[in-house]
Amino acid sequence: MTATTVALVPPVDLGALSHTPGFPDLLRSEWTKLRSVRSVRSTRWAFGFLVALGVGFTTLLTWVTSAQWDTLPALQQQAVLADPAGQILGSGFQFSQLAICVLGALVMTSEYSSGTIAPSLLAVPRRTPMLLAKAAVFAVVAFVVAEAAAFPAFFIGAAMFRSHIDVSLGDPDVLRAVIGSGLYISVLGAFAIAVGALIRHTAAAITGIIGFVLVLSPLALLLPGSVGAHIHAYLPTEAGQRIAMTTQSTEQLLSPWQGFAVFCAWTLALMVVAAFQLRRRDA
Amino acid sequence: MQVIEVHDLSKHYGGKVAVDHLSFTVEPGTVTGFLGPNGAGKSTTMRLIVGLDRPTSGSATIGGKPYVELIQPLRVVGALLEAGAVHPGRSAYDHLLYLSQTQGFPRARVDEAIELVGLHDVAGERAGGFSLGMGQRLGIAAALLGDPQVLILDEPVNGLDPDGIFWFRNLMKYLAGQGRTVLVSSHLMSEMALTADNLVVIGRGRLIAQCSTVEFIATNSEMTVLVRTPVPDELTALLITAGGRVVREADGGLTVHLMDAEHIGDVAGRNGVTLHELSPQTASLEEAFMERTHDSMEFGGHADDARLDDGSHLVPANAS
Repeated sequence: MTATTVALVPPVDLGALSHTPGFPDLLRSEWTKLRSVRSVRSTRWAFGFLVALGVGFTTLLTWVTSAQWDTLPALQQQAVLADPAGQILGSGFQFSQLAICVLGALVMTSEYSSGTIAPSLLAVPRRTPMLLAKAAVFAVVAFVVAEAAAFPAFFIGAAMFRSHIDVSLGDPDVLRAVIGSGLYISVLGAFAIAVGALIRHTAAAITGIIGFVLVLSPLALLLPGSVGAHIHAYLPTEAGQRIAMTTQSTEQLLSPWQGFAVFCAWTLALMVVAAFQLRRRDA
Repeated sequence: MQVIEVHDLSKHYGGKVAVDHLSFTVEPGTVTGFLGPNGAGKSTTMRLIVGLDRPTSGSATIGGKPYVELIQPLRVVGALLEAGAVHPGRSAYDHLLYLSQTQGFPRARVDEAIELVGLHDVAGERAGGFSLGMGQRLGIAAALLGDPQVLILDEPVNGLDPDGIFWFRNLMKYLAGQGRTVLVSSHLMSEMALTADNLVVIGRGRLIAQCSTVEFIATNSEMTVLVRTPVPDELTALLITAGGRVVREADGGLTVHLMDAEHIGDVAGRNGVTLHELSPQTASLEEAFMERTHDSMEFGGHADDARLDDGSHLVPANAS
């Protein structure tokens, strides 16, 4: 396999056949990166699990709720009746958001752990476009996967509930909530990429983002009074999840779209800091 | 014509100085060897040139431009920096494909680059299963992907088999012969003696020498003469008086510094000393390099620290 004679004269004339690269080229490149990793923690497998777990748990939880409907406490029955679509989506959702956080952080940190960040940045020395392309591609893939889980989960859940509650896509706000769950997961993916870019080390980044999503919200709930309620409502994941709910109770400080806007603002801010750090630091 | 210019470049990591006010230029059409002992700052300097690390002060340009300002950087510069900078779960083909896509290259170029380094049989396999030599070939393919005018290669022959080394040596000469700028680092002096036309030698982040390889060997290799005689003590005394420096070897021979063979022969003849051997020793590039970098370590930027260390050792010795 050794070519002892050197034949380098390039048959492909790069001067004539290549074009000045733009952002679409970077999107293509990041898509190649995302689809081409074959390892134990393979992206494709992870996304497959995400859909399976999301749909599976929705099925399980709605089935259990439906089966035990008559023995459920009145308060719980009311919660389900108030927002059946939110109940259906919410059960699978918790798994999806964790999976997306882990995957998003991993997509970024694996560039560092494998050392492939060096060729990546040699190709895109301005760095920021690479980060934005990576976040955009991952967000789109996360959206598609999340919807692939949300719609089947909703239909299965609605079927499970049929004997007690009637809920369909045509009901007010239901379609928005089903699509909204994908939007939330999608932006969460970009959020996780930004965290990965800031922290760089896989374990630390995953711990950080999971702590943020799982620990911070319940903790903020313990804060007393109106200040506590406001802090809790404006936390990224709390605000973002409003888009996947149908009801607007008086306790909610933010409307679904307001909440989603707050979450997007958080993600944007984090992305700006991540881009600034990416440009400033040694690769 | 793309010249690499490094101007007053410094890089500190915390309190540690990796590159210390380094300036040199690399001209097109030649292979320039970048030499220095481990930890001299070769890799850091290369990372600074291609914008992976940010300099503490100073600048590096390629064809007059900083690397970060290049629009299609892989068309201008091909760099091989560290072995195994490939995701282990990605195939060689996909690694080159994603790089190629960032530059707007046609897909056919990926196949060519793979063909060029002889990886076609394993292009679809995970890079994680590659041997060191195969990984190095993939790195070389990535560096040559954009048919660049400038090549910056950090220890490229590391892990290549003798066949591969021979192939790569020819490749570097061929590329330089086409008028490209080739900067290649190595700690293997013998390798550089065979491939490099010019040398940039650094130690402790500082420039020690920039000149042609031939010149470097000529000016830096101290000529010594090996002498054998039945009366070594007598001859040693005579040679020291004549201005030589004499080292007694384990086998009884004398290595004479600072005097040439004729001079030593004259001194011996005048004093009636019998000689059994009188042979000039030519230093290799390896020795020349050791000589210069050794100096840089003794009298370089950290000489003060060294003295402090010596002092602290001497104090208890004197006290006892």
